[in-house]
Amino acid sequence: MAASPYLPTERFARWRKAKSTAVTCVLVLCALAVIAPLFLVIYFLIVHGSSSIDINFFTQLPKPTGEDGGGMANAIVGTMELLAMASIVGVPLGVLGGIYLAEYGSDKANDWLRFAADVLNGVPSIVWGMVVYLMLVVPFKTFSAYAGGVALGLMMVPLVMRTTEEVLILVPQSYREAALALGVARWKVIMVIVVRTALKGIATGVIVALARIAGETAPLLFTALGNNFWNHNLKEPIAALPLQIFAYAISPYDDWHRQAWAGALVLMALILALNITVRILSRDRTHNH
Amino acid sequence: MSTLPEAPSARASSDPIRVATTPNSAATAGLPVENEEVAFDIRNFSLWYGQRQALVDVTIKIPARKVTAIIGPSGCGKSTFLRALNRMHELTPGTRLEGSLRHFGSDLYGPGVEAVSIRRRVGMVFQKSNPFPTMSIAENVLVGLRLNGVRDKAVLQERLEKSLHMAALWDEVKDHLNRPGTSLSGGQQQRLCIARSLAVQPETLLMDEPCSALDPLATAKIEELIQTLRQEYTVVIVTHNMQQAARCSDRTAFFYMGKLIEFGNTRNMFTNPGNPQTEAYVSGRFG
Amino acid sequence: MPGPGSRAPDIAFKWVAALAASMIIVLIVLVGWQLYAGSRMSLSKFGPSFLWSSEWDPVQDKYGALPFIFGTLVSSLLALLIAVPLGVATAIFLTELAPQKLRQPIVMAIEMLAAVPSVIFGLWGIFVLIPWLRDHLFVWLRHYFGFLPLFQGPIYGVSMLAAGIVVAIMILPIITSISREILRSVPNLQREAAYALGATRWEVLKIAVLSYARRGLFGAAVLGLGRALGETMAVTMVIGNRPQISASLFAPGYTLASVIANEFTEATSDLYLNSLFELGLVLMGVAIMVNIAAQVMLKSMTGSGPIKVN
Ligand SMILES: Nc1ncnc2c1ncn2[C@@H]1O[C@H](COP(=O)(O)OP(=O)(O)OP(=O)(O)O)[C@@H](O)[C@H]1O
Ligand SMILES: [Mg+2]
Repeated sequence: MAASPYLPTERFARWRKAKSTAVTCVLVLCALAVIAPLFLVIYFLIVHGSSSIDINFFTQLPKPTGEDGGGMANAIVGTMELLAMASIVGVPLGVLGGIYLAEYGSDKANDWLRFAADVLNGVPSIVWGMVVYLMLVVPFKTFSAYAGGVALGLMMVPLVMRTTEEVLILVPQSYREAALALGVARWKVIMVIVVRTALKGIATGVIVALARIAGETAPLLFTALGNNFWNHNLKEPIAALPLQIFAYAISPYDDWHRQAWAGALVLMALILALNITVRILSRDRTHNH
Repeated sequence: MSTLPEAPSARASSDPIRVATTPNSAATAGLPVENEEVAFDIRNFSLWYGQRQALVDVTIKIPARKVTAIIGPSGCGKSTFLRALNRMHELTPGTRLEGSLRHFGSDLYGPGVEAVSIRRRVGMVFQKSNPFPTMSIAENVLVGLRLNGVRDKAVLQERLEKSLHMAALWDEVKDHLNRPGTSLSGGQQQRLCIARSLAVQPETLLMDEPCSALDPLATAKIEELIQTLRQEYTVVIVTHNMQQAARCSDRTAFFYMGKLIEFGNTRNMFTNPGNPQTEAYVSGRFG
Repeated sequence: MPGPGSRAPDIAFKWVAALAASMIIVLIVLVGWQLYAGSRMSLSKFGPSFLWSSEWDPVQDKYGALPFIFGTLVSSLLALLIAVPLGVATAIFLTELAPQKLRQPIVMAIEMLAAVPSVIFGLWGIFVLIPWLRDHLFVWLRHYFGFLPLFQGPIYGVSMLAAGIVVAIMILPIITSISREILRSVPNLQREAAYALGATRWEVLKIAVLSYARRGLFGAAVLGLGRALGETMAVTMVIGNRPQISASLFAPGYTLASVIANEFTEATSDLYLNSLFELGLVLMGVAIMVNIAAQVMLKSMTGSGPIKVN
């Protein structure tokens, strides 16, 4: 067979190969550029944060403007309280909604609900702050821990709903049929058999949602507001780590900057701990099945 | 299925005119002979997927400008063998091979040999048709040439027509070459993929069960096409269809559990197999 | 099967669950309604001219959204310009090139990047990124590209470009992970078809992978845009918060979200607060529309296969 007249020249083949190699190098560099910020953020968090953290940070209240020392004890506790309140609002709504999607809804309605949940997920977090401000701050004429908790809780709803649905669908149909065949009422089957089976998955979803909202600042700005003292009444403003970090970071005082880094390190550790819990929970889940 | 298909198998391979026009195949009617041109010269070839050995010590000489059919039960390593012939198996991570594979005398796995240049010379058609969905029919056919730097409009047009003619698709698509390749029927898409492989003028065409997803009519078209291809190209075709192997191949290789059990003239393999396993398989008494 | 006695709790439970699920719809309506209600005064006072008036003067009680819309769009588009190529390239690296052993650690690192809260990026931006940008990158850019109006004028550090970079970092994880899902949905047969023609790796990417996936990748970018538009804290901390429209990327700017974050609790007059609500309405309208567009694009790309959009 005659040599094909269209055979690429040696040079052209080399050029193609070089181009491919160049692209490969660019891709590797891009991947490095994407993970670099993570290490830069973590590095500076550890360097600045760990040198600023001390026992006072965990035990004391913030000092008045410009005075050195003090800590964020109230903000740490405040964040925990806010997360607890958010769970009280977000978990029942999200889990029940997820149950509806997985166990009852028609395909078409579910498509719309899922779509709506994804849309809701895309609502900017600052908007939640404004909405809850009108709902709970204006009528009661005060910023409050409640308002902050509700704002965070509403943000959790679509997240928890979607993950609950996903894990409930994974529960084998035969479990439901077996229980129904025994004459157990449907709602009992769902709560006792289905939800119980998927409990770990649901818990994982809730923790994922908590990890997501734990660092939210914007929705708290005009709801929880922040507080330099202990909160003794949930109808009053409450401190939160992200709020405190924000306030200190934009302040002009070096000592507050130091504390902002310490707060950021603690917040990041909290979020990492939640994420690691998720990882452990879901690892168990994949092992069991 | 125990009686053998006879008449069709003689259709093309014994065509006196064709034998006369291809000098190297003067002895086609008989058994493989020593001096016929060899497309693939493969010796002691073994291949592993990780720990698992898929091909065991295969030694075979696949003749040039003939159709060689590869048959054997599912999982025996037919696809693996075929994909090693143009180094497609390298896309599967963790494969390893031993032995020597030569294509028209040059070592496929020699130092400095690029898989890219081998694949240009050894084309491949897959079980499932896979035209590029974002390209038109014409672009699909010409993409290989464009990659190789052919820009000349006249050359492209000529190759487009020639490839589509060879793939017996020209008449069906000539009026809408700009429609997406995926707008065609399954059988047409498969022929489009064949045209795409032919456009770069490979020396050899590998086909992995090219008809298994097609209806009998489309299958007949592709078989016809294989008959025309054998004048210029070396074709290696994997098939599960014994009649197809008997109808359109000159040589047949029977694989079983990663080993080449028997290789010979197709007519002999089907009428008078030398190995009891081959006999059992071709007569449908297998497994 | 359940007797008549057990019907009532069954029905009640179903209704409670349905009510919870319908909260999703209720919330969307609620958010829209509250923002509308909160901005009624400024809506009627300024009408549509609110959108293109560039005056923002609380002292005179005059409000216009243009500088904030400009700042939001420019910082988000800058972020996309940086994050889309990087994110898609990383996704390609992860699906097509990276050795199996490297993939999981890189994916985990990207997930961790997604977990870093906005306020921490802001803190890092103020004390690490901005000094570096001010002293190195910006100086370099002005030196070599100063002939472009984009890179002229005084360098403060806090700037539109700094905001773009920080937001880019924040949307990289979602763009990367969605792009990765998209690329993984490209059938292997497409790649094999290209390889079998003798294509090099780059050519396979170009003709088989990227062209097949381009619509989905576009969807990933649009989703990233939706996220970028609403970014609040980090942007507030690095953009400089000045309601101006400047051609220079070194100049400070202001976004819809950050003006709300900064001025909401200080809004002294009702009209002021109403105007801030109207900014929120604009922000949410745009963000939701962009989000819906992205969802639709991604859905049509992957058929029924669910893509996690978290
Ligand atoms: N990617 C892979 N990884 C591991 N083992 C593989 C892989 N591909 C194939 N194998 C194994 O190699 C052997 C040969 O497979 P191959 O696909 O070549 O069979 P085949 O003869 O083409 O079968 P079929 O007729 O079903 O297409 C099989 O046992 C299969 O399990
Ligand atoms: Mg096969």
